[in-house]
Amino acid sequence: MDYINLVFGEVYKIIFLLVPVLVSVAMIVWLDRRVWAFVQKRQGPNVVGPFGLLQSVADALKYIFKEIIIPASSNKIIFILAPIITMTLALIAWAVIPFGKDQVLANINVGILYIFAVSSLGVYGIIMGGWASNSKYPFLGSIRSAAQMVSYEVSIGIIIINVLLCVGSLNLSDIVIAQQNMWFIIPLFPMFVIFFISSLAETNRPPFDLPEAEAELVAGYQTEYSGMMYAMFWLGEYANILLMCALGSILFLGGWLSPIDIYPFNLIPGAIWLTFKILLLFILFALVKAVVPRYRYDQLMRLGWKIFLPLSLIYVVLTASYLFYFNLLPTI
Amino acid sequence: MMAHAIFFYAFSIIAVISAIMVTVSKNTVHSVFFLILDFISISCLFIMIGAEFLGMIMLIVYVGAVAVLFLFVVMMLNVAQQKNQWFISKQNSGHIPVGLIISTIIFFELIIVVGGWKYKPELLNPTISKVSNEISNTHSLGQVLYTDYIHIFQISGMVLLIAMIGAIVLTFRQREGVKTQSYLKQISRERSEGVEVLDVPSNQGVKIDD
Repeated sequence: MDYINLVFGEVYKIIFLLVPVLVSVAMIVWLDRRVWAFVQKRQGPNVVGPFGLLQSVADALKYIFKEIIIPASSNKIIFILAPIITMTLALIAWAVIPFGKDQVLANINVGILYIFAVSSLGVYGIIMGGWASNSKYPFLGSIRSAAQMVSYEVSIGIIIINVLLCVGSLNLSDIVIAQQNMWFIIPLFPMFVIFFISSLAETNRPPFDLPEAEAELVAGYQTEYSGMMYAMFWLGEYANILLMCALGSILFLGGWLSPIDIYPFNLIPGAIWLTFKILLLFILFALVKAVVPRYRYDQLMRLGWKIFLPLSLIYVVLTASYLFYFNLLPTI
Repeated sequence: MMAHAIFFYAFSIIAVISAIMVTVSKNTVHSVFFLILDFISISCLFIMIGAEFLGMIMLIVYVGAVAVLFLFVVMMLNVAQQKNQWFISKQNSGHIPVGLIISTIIFFELIIVVGGWKYKPELLNPTISKVSNEISNTHSLGQVLYTDYIHIFQISGMVLLIAMIGAIVLTFRQREGVKTQSYLKQISRERSEGVEVLDVPSNQGVKIDD
């Protein structure tokens, strides 16, 4: 009986977390297209519902009723598994994101490592999709994306080490609480910039969307997908983008903390501040998509390995020496 | 305790079955996917015994990086289409005794190493072991890794570095006729260097690009 109660309680909490995440993924797709359109002096989706807010719902309905086509020469099991893995991995990482003090589904000790591990697993959805399609363009796209994601994970990992040096804990709630006096964006501003650019590359967003560069690779690893399976890739991608925005706001922008700890601001619940920060970062993501042209592949690799990796390593040394010299190292 | 046992046996059965499938599956890419499944279930077992740091590092290093490289190589080699039947055919069965001898030697070596291992006395008796629940196992690992075991840690790092340099030296070769680009030159190009406005005399033309 206890087990059943426990399981139902957890399922209730999971649904309470996942439904808002999925709804906000749908809304974020709309926001992305609107921002993109406004930069280009277009209107964007504005017909379905007020301000076109229901455009994503209409799109989702369209995808659901489309036929799912599985290529005859594809590896069927892996072909079907790929979008499921992308979607699942994008959603399970939300389990450790804290929305407020003690408002977290799983408050585990190694939360940041968990997110890092899950986001590094995300590459498998893309590789499997590209390989199982048994077609040129998806395969080229998936190989590009594997190399790209593995390269940028290295610099993201070292940036996370920078933050962890200042915190002394791998728990995401501890990371937020450590920023009570000063958000880490102030002492670690160069790392924030590198983190932002690396997370663009990690989520295959423009200007680093080489895995799906439509001018060269049709649609990259998604070429052979249709209907709901394509939509799952799409949703997984946007859920990943939201996750990276959430990670950026937890690591550098103080998570659920209010900007200034005075009377009217600290009454607002932490979840709203976190949502606000995620939205801010996402609008930056959308602006970058509209403003910057696509990178060439060798430039992308050069940026990852020859610029970001040495820079973030140097910053680790600087942070560690500063903390050690001024005796600011966190204690257990 | 029931749920714990159920999860333990589920993960161990998945680990063992996928480890067997790595060796018997005909498609090499499928083997790598089973290897990934094996890594994931073993990291779940690590998490179940409370070693969450090791489990997560296992996921990040082995699944997130090493297995991606395996998959990369296997896909590039195009061995996916070959049927993995060479060890059944007659002319190749000469490899089997050699393989058996080598694996037996490795097996006995492992037994000797593990049998001659000296454990700390408090590790053999779990009732007196001083694992405190006050600090997380990430902290306790960090406390011993850079103090008691610093030499082993540094030596393993050096071994990896040497392996990396060796791989680079072995595969590096000077290629002829490679065009390289100077990014600084590309970015610092100005209009005055690239564009020239000429007065073209009628019916005579102008000579450009010499």
